[in-house]
Amino acid sequence: MAFDLSLVKRRGETLVAAHVEGGEGVTVLFGPSGAGKTSVLDMVAGLLRPDEGHVRVGSETLFDSATGIDLPPERRRAGYVFQDGRLFPHMSVAANLRYGERRAPVEARWIEFGAVVELLGIGHLLARRPRTLSGGEARRVAIGRALLSGPRFLLLDEPTSFLDRARREEVARAVEDVRDRLKLPILLVTHDQDEASRLGNRIVKM
Amino acid sequence: MPLTLSADEWEVVRLSLLVGGVAIAATLPIAFGLAYLLARGRFPGRVLLDGIVHLPLVLPPVVTGWLLLIAFAPAGVLGGPLERWFGASVLFRWTGAAIAAGVMALPLMVRAMRLSIEAVDRRVEGAARTLGAGRLDAFLTVTLPLSLPGVLAGAVLGFARALGEFGATITFVSNVPGETRTLPIAIYSALQIPGGDAQVWRLAAISVALSLAALVASEALTRRRGGHGL
Repeated sequence: MAFDLSLVKRRGETLVAAHVEGGEGVTVLFGPSGAGKTSVLDMVAGLLRPDEGHVRVGSETLFDSATGIDLPPERRRAGYVFQDGRLFPHMSVAANLRYGERRAPVEARWIEFGAVVELLGIGHLLARRPRTLSGGEARRVAIGRALLSGPRFLLLDEPTSFLDRARREEVARAVEDVRDRLKLPILLVTHDQDEASRLGNRIVKM
Repeated sequence: MPLTLSADEWEVVRLSLLVGGVAIAATLPIAFGLAYLLARGRFPGRVLLDGIVHLPLVLPPVVTGWLLLIAFAPAGVLGGPLERWFGASVLFRWTGAAIAAGVMALPLMVRAMRLSIEAVDRRVEGAARTLGAGRLDAFLTVTLPLSLPGVLAGAVLGFARALGEFGATITFVSNVPGETRTLPIAIYSALQIPGGDAQVWRLAAISVALSLAALVASEALTRRRGGHGL
């Protein structure tokens, strides 16, 4: 089983609760905006501390309120692709891609720089600055940056939102490629029914 | 009116640049630390610390200078240990003038730096963490470079302020030629002397030129960084 999540977090008036048990491939968290889907990804990545519950990926426990385990984000090896990209604005695309790669132990890296660039078709962008990229390009660079950090699993937050039809297709195909060719457990958040059924191996409603 | 500077006037310019430069170099890390603490820290006494940092901005400079004099006097809380352990005193010395200039420039530097630190998107730091960077690593590779234009602008602003320091300096370390007689104090002295008008003109012109150069430098710095995607 890839993902085993049981999370409770109170954020002001709203209570975010999620129970996910997912196997291989893409597990989709599906639900309306405001249901706390991004909070779930943040809790899995270690950016937000759950009040209660556990986060297990594969055989490893990343968080468990019962035993007091709480790995810092840099030790969770999550490949987190944020909805807004969050590329480093002061670095070139190439430096963005290398950021996680340089920090990953050699044995943790499972994909080469050249392979990622080819997989995502971003070779012509390497010297550019993030602010000069289109939305679809930035999203693909963010996926590449996450892959190169040697992650054990991927977290994708609305990977095709705010993109026009052509760009959506471009990014959806990149996600399918990653899913089919790299065999990495993926937790994907979306509020789009078509995207959920197209990309997901299973769907968890929130 | 001769446009060339006398040896004494060059000495004033050299001393002013030395005092301003040393003051800002020494204050820079302190100002950044305080700015970071005020921008990010959540601790009791934060409002009080903010107030203390801003005091030199609102106090009459004479009062700041007098407080420094009390502190650095041979029996003072700072002057005592300095005398005992190092056999040194900053009174009537250019080092004292640098301390006064640094203290007076501190609030301006902290304000500029704090704004630039607050402008850094913390979510981008979060992204760095998920990519394997520890706290310090994320600070050095993301927070610091992204806030650098504001930090440099704060330093240049502080330098300009330090060059203009008068009240606290003259109260604290007096008016000693070659030690504490910086540009504003030299201008004040020249005004007291009959026939000192020509010297006042020359020194005032230098003040204007230095201040303008500092502002242009700060603008150029910010712009150049901007061209690199900041």
